[in-house]
Amino acid sequence: MHARADAPQEQAAASWPDEIFSILQRFDVRQVPYVPDAGHSQLINRVLDSPSMRGVPLTTEEEGVAMLAGAWAGGQRGVLLMQSSGVGNCINMLSLTQIFRFPFLTLVTMRGEWGEFNPWQVPMGSSTQAVFELSGIRVLRASHPQEVREVVEAGAQQAYNACTPTAVLLSQRLIGTKVFVK
Amino acid sequence: MSKANLLDRRAVVSGLLANRKDAIVVGGLGASTYDMAAAGDHDRNFYLWGAMGGAVMIGLGVALAQPKLPVVVITGDGEMLMGMGSLATVGLQKPANLTIVVLDNESYGETGGQVSHTAATADLVGVARACGISDTRAMTTMAEVEAFAPTLQDVASGPRFASVKIDGANLERVLSSRDANYIVNRIRGALGFQPI
Repeated sequence: MHARADAPQEQAAASWPDEIFSILQRFDVRQVPYVPDAGHSQLINRVLDSPSMRGVPLTTEEEGVAMLAGAWAGGQRGVLLMQSSGVGNCINMLSLTQIFRFPFLTLVTMRGEWGEFNPWQVPMGSSTQAVFELSGIRVLRASHPQEVREVVEAGAQQAYNACTPTAVLLSQRLIGTKVFVK
Repeated sequence: MSKANLLDRRAVVSGLLANRKDAIVVGGLGASTYDMAAAGDHDRNFYLWGAMGGAVMIGLGVALAQPKLPVVVITGDGEMLMGMGSLATVGLQKPANLTIVVLDNESYGETGGQVSHTAATADLVGVARACGISDTRAMTTMAEVEAFAPTLQDVASGPRFASVKIDGANLERVLSSRDANYIVNRIRGALGFQPI
Protein backbone atom coordinates (compact mmCIF):
# COMPACT_ATOMS: atom_id res chain seq x y z
CA MET A 1 0.00 0.00 0.00
CA HIS A 2 3.06 2.28 -0.19
CA ALA A 3 5.23 3.49 -3.03
CA ARG A 4 8.42 1.68 -3.70
CA ALA A 5 11.77 3.09 -4.74
CA ASP A 6 12.51 2.39 -8.39
CA ALA A 7 13.66 -1.14 -8.99
CA PRO A 8 17.22 -1.43 -10.30
CA GLN A 9 16.28 -2.78 -13.74
CA GLU A 10 14.11 0.25 -14.40
CA GLN A 11 13.53 -0.23 -18.09
CA ALA A 12 12.40 -3.83 -17.88
CA ALA A 13 10.38 -3.06 -14.77
CA ALA A 14 8.49 -0.39 -16.67
CA SER A 15 7.39 -2.72 -19.42
CA TRP A 16 5.99 -5.83 -17.80
CA PRO A 17 2.84 -4.15 -16.44
CA ASP A 18 2.15 -3.00 -20.00
CA GLU A 19 2.58 -6.57 -21.19
CA ILE A 20 0.06 -7.75 -18.60
CA PHE A 21 -2.37 -5.05 -19.70
CA SER A 22 -2.09 -6.18 -23.33
CA ILE A 23 -2.79 -9.78 -22.36
CA LEU A 24 -5.87 -8.75 -20.37
CA GLN A 25 -7.08 -6.73 -23.36
CA ARG A 26 -6.54 -9.64 -25.71
CA PHE A 27 -8.57 -11.96 -23.47
CA ASP A 28 -11.40 -9.43 -23.38
CA VAL A 29 -11.18 -8.85 -19.63
CA ARG A 30 -13.79 -6.27 -18.68
CA GLN A 31 -14.00 -6.10 -14.88
CA VAL A 32 -10.88 -5.43 -12.82
CA PRO A 33 -11.57 -5.30 -9.08
CA TYR A 34 -8.51 -4.42 -7.01
CA VAL A 35 -7.10 -3.47 -3.66
CA PRO A 36 -4.17 -1.18 -4.45
CA ASP A 37 -0.58 -2.27 -4.21
CA ALA A 38 2.50 -0.37 -5.29
CA GLY A 39 3.54 -3.32 -7.45
CA HIS A 40 0.26 -3.06 -9.36
CA SER A 41 0.16 0.74 -9.59
CA GLN A 42 1.17 0.98 -13.25
CA LEU A 43 -1.28 -1.73 -14.31
CA ILE A 44 -4.08 -0.15 -12.25
CA ASN A 45 -3.49 3.18 -14.02
CA ARG A 46 -3.67 1.48 -17.41
CA VAL A 47 -6.95 -0.20 -16.40
CA LEU A 48 -8.48 3.04 -15.10
CA ASP A 49 -7.54 4.78 -18.36
CA SER A 50 -8.98 1.99 -20.51
CA PRO A 51 -12.38 2.47 -22.15
CA SER A 52 -13.02 -1.28 -22.29
CA MET A 53 -12.16 -2.17 -18.68
CA ARG A 54 -13.87 -1.23 -15.44
CA GLY A 55 -11.42 -0.80 -12.59
CA VAL A 56 -13.25 -1.28 -9.29
CA PRO A 57 -11.54 -0.37 -6.00
CA LEU A 58 -12.58 -2.73 -3.21
CA THR A 59 -12.69 -2.34 0.55
CA THR A 60 -11.42 -5.90 1.00
CA GLU A 61 -10.17 -8.50 -1.44
CA GLU A 62 -12.94 -11.06 -0.92
CA GLU A 63 -15.34 -8.62 -2.53
CA GLY A 64 -13.46 -9.14 -5.77
CA VAL A 65 -13.94 -12.92 -5.76
CA ALA A 66 -17.70 -12.52 -5.37
CA MET A 67 -17.79 -9.76 -7.97
CA LEU A 68 -16.06 -11.92 -10.58
CA ALA A 69 -18.60 -14.70 -10.01
CA GLY A 70 -21.33 -12.16 -10.75
CA ALA A 71 -19.45 -10.87 -13.78
CA TRP A 72 -19.27 -14.39 -15.18
CA ALA A 73 -23.00 -14.93 -14.67
CA GLY A 74 -23.51 -11.70 -16.59
CA GLY A 75 -21.21 -12.76 -19.41
CA GLN A 76 -18.01 -10.87 -18.65
CA ARG A 77 -14.49 -11.90 -17.73
CA GLY A 78 -12.55 -10.26 -14.95
CA VAL A 79 -9.29 -10.37 -13.05
CA LEU A 80 -8.61 -9.61 -9.38
CA LEU A 81 -5.50 -7.57 -8.54
CA MET A 82 -4.20 -7.74 -4.98
CA GLN A 83 -1.19 -8.05 -2.73
CA SER A 84 -0.24 -11.30 -0.97
CA SER A 85 -1.60 -10.07 2.37
CA GLY A 86 -5.04 -9.85 0.75
CA VAL A 87 -5.13 -13.52 -0.15
CA GLY A 88 -5.93 -14.45 3.44
CA ASN A 89 -8.93 -12.12 3.32
CA CYS A 90 -10.39 -14.18 0.47
CA ILE A 91 -10.33 -17.73 1.81
CA ASN A 92 -14.02 -18.53 2.33
CA MET A 93 -15.05 -16.63 -0.79
CA LEU A 94 -12.57 -18.65 -2.86
CA SER A 95 -15.08 -21.52 -2.47
CA LEU A 96 -16.94 -19.86 -5.32
CA THR A 97 -14.15 -20.64 -7.77
CA GLN A 98 -14.71 -24.36 -7.20
CA ILE A 99 -18.46 -24.58 -7.00
CA PHE A 100 -19.20 -22.22 -9.92
CA ARG A 101 -16.21 -23.43 -11.97
CA PHE A 102 -15.91 -19.93 -13.37
CA PRO A 103 -12.83 -18.47 -15.06
CA PHE A 104 -11.09 -17.01 -12.02
CA LEU A 105 -7.76 -15.25 -12.53
CA THR A 106 -5.93 -13.24 -9.90
CA LEU A 107 -2.59 -11.48 -10.17
CA VAL A 108 -0.89 -11.19 -6.79
CA THR A 109 2.08 -8.98 -5.99
CA MET A 110 4.19 -10.65 -3.34
CA ARG A 111 5.42 -9.26 -0.05
CA GLY A 112 7.20 -11.01 2.80
CA GLU A 113 9.98 -12.53 0.69
CA TRP A 114 13.20 -11.55 -1.13
CA GLY A 115 14.77 -9.03 1.23
CA GLU A 116 11.60 -8.00 3.07
CA PHE A 117 12.09 -5.27 5.71
CA ASN A 118 8.71 -5.55 7.43
CA PRO A 119 8.24 -8.72 9.51
CA TRP A 120 4.45 -8.21 9.55
CA GLN A 121 4.37 -9.12 5.86
CA VAL A 122 6.24 -12.40 6.24
CA PRO A 123 3.61 -14.82 7.68
CA MET A 124 0.97 -14.21 4.99
CA GLY A 125 3.56 -13.90 2.24
CA SER A 126 5.00 -17.25 3.28
CA SER A 127 1.64 -19.03 3.17
CA THR A 128 0.15 -17.34 0.10
CA GLN A 129 0.92 -20.14 -2.35
CA ALA A 130 -0.19 -22.88 0.05
CA VAL A 131 -3.45 -21.05 0.82
CA PHE A 132 -4.28 -20.90 -2.87
CA GLU A 133 -3.40 -24.54 -3.41
CA LEU A 134 -5.47 -25.68 -0.43
CA SER A 135 -8.34 -23.67 -1.93
CA GLY A 136 -8.12 -25.55 -5.21
CA ILE A 137 -6.41 -22.81 -7.19
CA ARG A 138 -3.47 -23.41 -9.50
CA VAL A 139 -0.45 -21.23 -8.82
CA LEU A 140 2.04 -19.87 -11.34
CA ARG A 141 4.90 -17.52 -10.51
CA ALA A 142 6.96 -14.92 -12.34
CA SER A 143 10.21 -13.73 -10.78
CA HIS A 144 11.94 -11.98 -13.69
CA PRO A 145 10.69 -9.29 -16.07
CA GLN A 146 11.47 -11.45 -19.10
CA GLU A 147 9.09 -14.24 -18.04
CA VAL A 148 6.07 -12.16 -17.00
CA ARG A 149 4.40 -12.16 -20.40
CA GLU A 150 4.72 -15.90 -20.84
CA VAL A 151 3.54 -16.77 -17.33
CA VAL A 152 0.57 -14.38 -17.27
CA GLU A 153 -0.47 -15.52 -20.72
CA ALA A 154 -0.41 -19.16 -19.61
CA GLY A 155 -2.45 -18.24 -16.54
CA ALA A 156 -5.01 -16.35 -18.60
CA GLN A 157 -5.29 -19.21 -21.08
CA GLN A 158 -5.98 -21.87 -18.48
CA ALA A 159 -8.30 -19.61 -16.48
CA TYR A 160 -10.41 -18.33 -19.36
CA ASN A 161 -10.22 -21.27 -21.78
CA ALA A 162 -10.35 -24.15 -19.30
CA CYS A 163 -12.17 -22.47 -16.39
CA THR A 164 -9.25 -23.46 -14.18
CA PRO A 165 -8.98 -21.04 -11.27
CA THR A 166 -5.47 -19.62 -11.39
CA ALA A 167 -3.31 -17.27 -9.35
CA VAL A 168 -0.18 -15.71 -10.80
CA LEU A 169 2.26 -14.62 -8.12
CA LEU A 170 4.46 -11.69 -9.12
CA SER A 171 7.54 -12.09 -6.95
CA GLN A 172 8.94 -9.38 -4.77
CA ARG A 173 12.18 -10.00 -6.65
CA LEU A 174 10.35 -8.84 -9.79
CA ILE A 175 8.59 -5.80 -8.36
CA GLY A 176 11.49 -4.70 -6.17
CA THR A 177 11.85 -4.81 -2.41
CA LYS A 178 10.15 -1.91 -0.72
CA VAL A 179 12.65 0.58 0.70
CA PHE A 180 11.66 2.00 4.11
CA VAL A 181 14.98 3.59 5.11
CA LYS A 182 17.47 4.90 2.61
CA MET B 1 -38.44 -11.00 19.62
CA SER B 2 -41.78 -10.72 17.93
CA LYS B 3 -42.99 -7.17 17.53
CA ALA B 4 -46.34 -5.99 16.29
CA ASN B 5 -46.94 -5.06 12.66
CA LEU B 6 -43.74 -6.51 11.23
CA LEU B 7 -44.02 -7.82 7.70
CA ASP B 8 -44.06 -11.41 6.52
CA ARG B 9 -40.87 -12.06 4.57
CA ARG B 10 -42.47 -14.33 2.00
CA ALA B 11 -45.15 -11.74 1.25
CA VAL B 12 -42.47 -9.07 0.86
CA VAL B 13 -40.37 -11.10 -1.58
CA SER B 14 -43.40 -12.30 -3.55
CA GLY B 15 -44.60 -8.72 -3.77
CA LEU B 16 -41.23 -7.47 -4.98
CA LEU B 17 -40.85 -10.20 -7.60
CA ALA B 18 -44.46 -10.59 -8.81
CA ASN B 19 -43.76 -8.60 -11.96
CA ARG B 20 -39.99 -9.00 -12.18
CA LYS B 21 -39.83 -9.26 -15.99
CA ASP B 22 -36.19 -9.69 -17.09
CA ALA B 23 -34.64 -8.94 -13.71
CA ILE B 24 -31.75 -11.02 -12.41
CA VAL B 25 -32.24 -11.65 -8.70
CA VAL B 26 -29.48 -12.59 -6.26
CA GLY B 27 -30.57 -14.18 -2.99
CA GLY B 28 -28.31 -14.05 0.04
CA LEU B 29 -27.33 -17.14 2.00
CA GLY B 30 -30.08 -18.51 4.20
CA ALA B 31 -33.71 -17.56 4.40
CA SER B 32 -33.52 -14.99 1.58
CA THR B 33 -32.72 -17.76 -0.88
CA TYR B 34 -35.66 -19.82 0.47
CA ASP B 35 -37.93 -16.78 0.08
CA MET B 36 -36.90 -16.44 -3.56
CA ALA B 37 -37.56 -20.13 -4.16
CA ALA B 38 -40.94 -19.80 -2.44
CA ALA B 39 -41.84 -16.92 -4.75
CA GLY B 40 -41.23 -19.25 -7.70
CA ASP B 41 -38.18 -20.77 -9.32
CA HIS B 42 -36.79 -18.73 -12.20
CA ASP B 43 -33.89 -19.20 -14.59
CA ARG B 44 -32.58 -15.75 -13.61
CA ASN B 45 -32.48 -16.56 -9.90
CA PHE B 46 -28.98 -16.52 -8.43
CA TYR B 47 -29.39 -18.55 -5.26
CA LEU B 48 -26.59 -18.46 -2.70
CA TRP B 49 -26.04 -21.27 -0.20
CA GLY B 50 -22.75 -19.85 1.06
CA ALA B 51 -20.45 -16.89 0.32
CA MET B 52 -21.79 -15.03 3.33
CA GLY B 53 -21.13 -11.32 2.85
CA GLY B 54 -20.84 -11.68 -0.92
CA ALA B 55 -24.39 -11.15 -2.18
CA VAL B 56 -24.07 -7.44 -2.94
CA MET B 57 -20.75 -7.91 -4.74
CA ILE B 58 -22.16 -10.72 -6.86
CA GLY B 59 -24.99 -8.35 -7.71
CA LEU B 60 -22.50 -5.62 -8.62
CA GLY B 61 -20.61 -7.95 -10.96
CA VAL B 62 -23.83 -8.90 -12.74
CA ALA B 63 -25.06 -5.30 -12.82
CA LEU B 64 -21.87 -3.98 -14.43
CA ALA B 65 -21.92 -6.81 -16.98
CA GLN B 66 -25.60 -6.28 -17.88
CA PRO B 67 -26.30 -2.56 -17.45
CA LYS B 68 -29.62 -2.69 -19.31
CA LEU B 69 -31.10 -5.37 -17.06
CA PRO B 70 -32.50 -4.78 -13.60
CA VAL B 71 -30.41 -6.56 -10.96
CA VAL B 72 -31.87 -7.08 -7.50
CA VAL B 73 -30.05 -8.37 -4.42
CA ILE B 74 -32.32 -9.70 -1.68
CA THR B 75 -30.49 -10.58 1.50
CA GLY B 76 -30.70 -10.59 5.27
CA ASP B 77 -29.33 -8.25 7.90
CA GLY B 78 -26.65 -10.68 9.05
CA GLU B 79 -25.40 -11.31 5.52
CA MET B 80 -25.41 -7.57 4.82
CA LEU B 81 -23.52 -6.78 8.02
CA MET B 82 -20.77 -9.21 6.98
CA GLY B 83 -20.37 -7.47 3.62
CA MET B 84 -20.94 -3.90 4.73
CA GLY B 85 -17.82 -2.69 2.90
CA SER B 86 -19.46 -3.70 -0.36
CA LEU B 87 -21.92 -0.83 0.15
CA ALA B 88 -18.95 1.54 -0.08
CA THR B 89 -17.85 -0.21 -3.26
CA VAL B 90 -21.34 0.07 -4.76
CA GLY B 91 -21.62 3.69 -3.64
CA LEU B 92 -18.45 4.47 -5.60
CA GLN B 93 -19.46 2.59 -8.77
CA LYS B 94 -23.08 3.75 -8.75
CA PRO B 95 -24.55 1.00 -10.94
CA ALA B 96 -27.85 2.53 -12.08
CA ASN B 97 -29.51 -0.87 -12.53
CA LEU B 98 -28.81 -2.31 -9.07
CA THR B 99 -31.26 -2.50 -6.17
CA ILE B 100 -30.37 -3.94 -2.77
CA VAL B 101 -33.16 -5.08 -0.46
CA VAL B 102 -32.37 -6.17 3.08
CA LEU B 103 -34.93 -8.32 4.88
CA ASP B 104 -34.18 -7.26 8.43
CA ASN B 105 -35.43 -9.53 11.20
CA GLU B 106 -32.71 -8.25 13.53
CA SER B 107 -31.42 -11.77 14.04
CA TYR B 108 -29.49 -14.72 12.65
CA GLY B 109 -32.48 -16.93 11.92
CA GLU B 110 -30.58 -19.87 10.43
CA THR B 111 -28.43 -20.39 13.49
CA GLY B 112 -30.94 -20.12 16.30
CA GLY B 113 -32.18 -16.56 16.23
CA GLN B 114 -29.28 -14.81 17.93
CA VAL B 115 -29.83 -11.06 17.81
CA SER B 116 -27.90 -9.08 15.20
CA HIS B 117 -26.45 -5.59 15.42
CA THR B 118 -29.51 -4.09 13.73
CA ALA B 119 -31.66 -4.99 16.74
CA ALA B 120 -29.98 -2.35 18.84
CA THR B 121 -27.57 0.01 17.15
CA ALA B 122 -26.65 -0.59 13.52
CA ASP B 123 -28.67 1.35 10.96
CA LEU B 124 -28.10 -0.22 7.55
CA VAL B 125 -30.09 2.45 5.72
CA GLY B 126 -27.83 5.06 7.28
CA VAL B 127 -24.74 3.05 6.32
CA ALA B 128 -25.91 2.77 2.71
CA ARG B 129 -26.59 6.49 2.52
CA ALA B 130 -23.27 7.35 4.12
CA CYS B 131 -21.56 5.13 1.52
CA GLY B 132 -22.92 7.24 -1.31
CA ILE B 133 -26.13 5.38 -2.20
CA SER B 134 -28.51 8.31 -2.33
CA ASP B 135 -31.77 6.43 -2.99
CA THR B 136 -32.38 4.72 0.34
CA ARG B 137 -35.53 3.87 2.24
CA ALA B 138 -36.87 1.90 5.17
CA MET B 139 -40.19 0.19 4.46
CA THR B 140 -42.62 -0.91 7.12
CA THR B 141 -45.87 -1.63 5.24
CA MET B 142 -46.88 -3.88 2.36
CA ALA B 143 -48.30 -0.82 0.62
CA GLU B 144 -44.80 0.67 0.56
CA VAL B 145 -43.32 -2.60 -0.70
CA GLU B 146 -45.88 -2.83 -3.49
CA ALA B 147 -45.35 0.78 -4.46
CA PHE B 148 -41.59 0.18 -4.53
CA ALA B 149 -41.69 -3.02 -6.65
CA PRO B 150 -42.03 -1.32 -10.08
CA THR B 151 -38.98 0.83 -9.24
CA LEU B 152 -36.81 -2.30 -9.51
CA GLN B 153 -37.33 -2.11 -13.29
CA ASP B 154 -35.77 1.34 -13.47
CA VAL B 155 -32.22 0.81 -14.75
CA ALA B 156 -31.38 4.51 -15.00
CA SER B 157 -31.62 5.88 -11.48
CA GLY B 158 -30.00 3.40 -9.11
CA PRO B 159 -28.31 2.21 -7.09
CA ARG B 160 -31.08 1.85 -4.55
CA PHE B 161 -31.06 0.43 -1.04
CA ALA B 162 -34.15 -0.59 0.88
CA SER B 163 -34.53 -2.15 4.30
CA VAL B 164 -37.72 -3.95 5.26
CA LYS B 165 -38.33 -4.84 8.87
CA ILE B 166 -39.77 -8.36 8.85
CA ASP B 167 -40.98 -10.61 11.63
CA GLY B 168 -38.66 -13.19 13.11
CA ALA B 169 -40.72 -16.23 12.23
CA ASN B 170 -38.66 -19.19 11.04
CA LEU B 171 -40.70 -20.41 8.09
CA GLU B 172 -40.56 -23.81 6.47
CA ARG B 173 -37.57 -23.95 4.17
CA VAL B 174 -38.33 -23.92 0.46
CA LEU B 175 -35.21 -25.36 -1.09
CA SER B 176 -33.85 -24.13 -4.38
CA SER B 177 -31.20 -25.96 -6.35
CA ARG B 178 -27.90 -25.84 -4.48
CA ASP B 179 -25.79 -26.80 -7.50
CA ALA B 180 -23.88 -23.58 -8.15
CA ASN B 181 -22.65 -24.64 -11.56
CA TYR B 182 -26.22 -25.34 -12.65
CA ILE B 183 -27.48 -22.06 -11.20
CA VAL B 184 -24.86 -19.89 -12.90
CA ASN B 185 -25.05 -21.68 -16.24
CA ARG B 186 -28.83 -21.41 -16.22
CA ILE B 187 -28.53 -17.65 -15.81
CA ARG B 188 -25.88 -17.46 -18.53
CA GLY B 189 -28.08 -19.53 -20.81
CA ALA B 190 -31.05 -17.22 -20.18
CA LEU B 191 -28.83 -14.30 -21.22
CA GLY B 192 -27.78 -16.08 -24.41
CA PHE B 193 -24.29 -17.24 -23.42
CA GLN B 194 -23.06 -20.67 -24.47
CA PRO B 195 -21.19 -23.15 -22.27
CA ILE B 196 -17.43 -23.11 -22.81
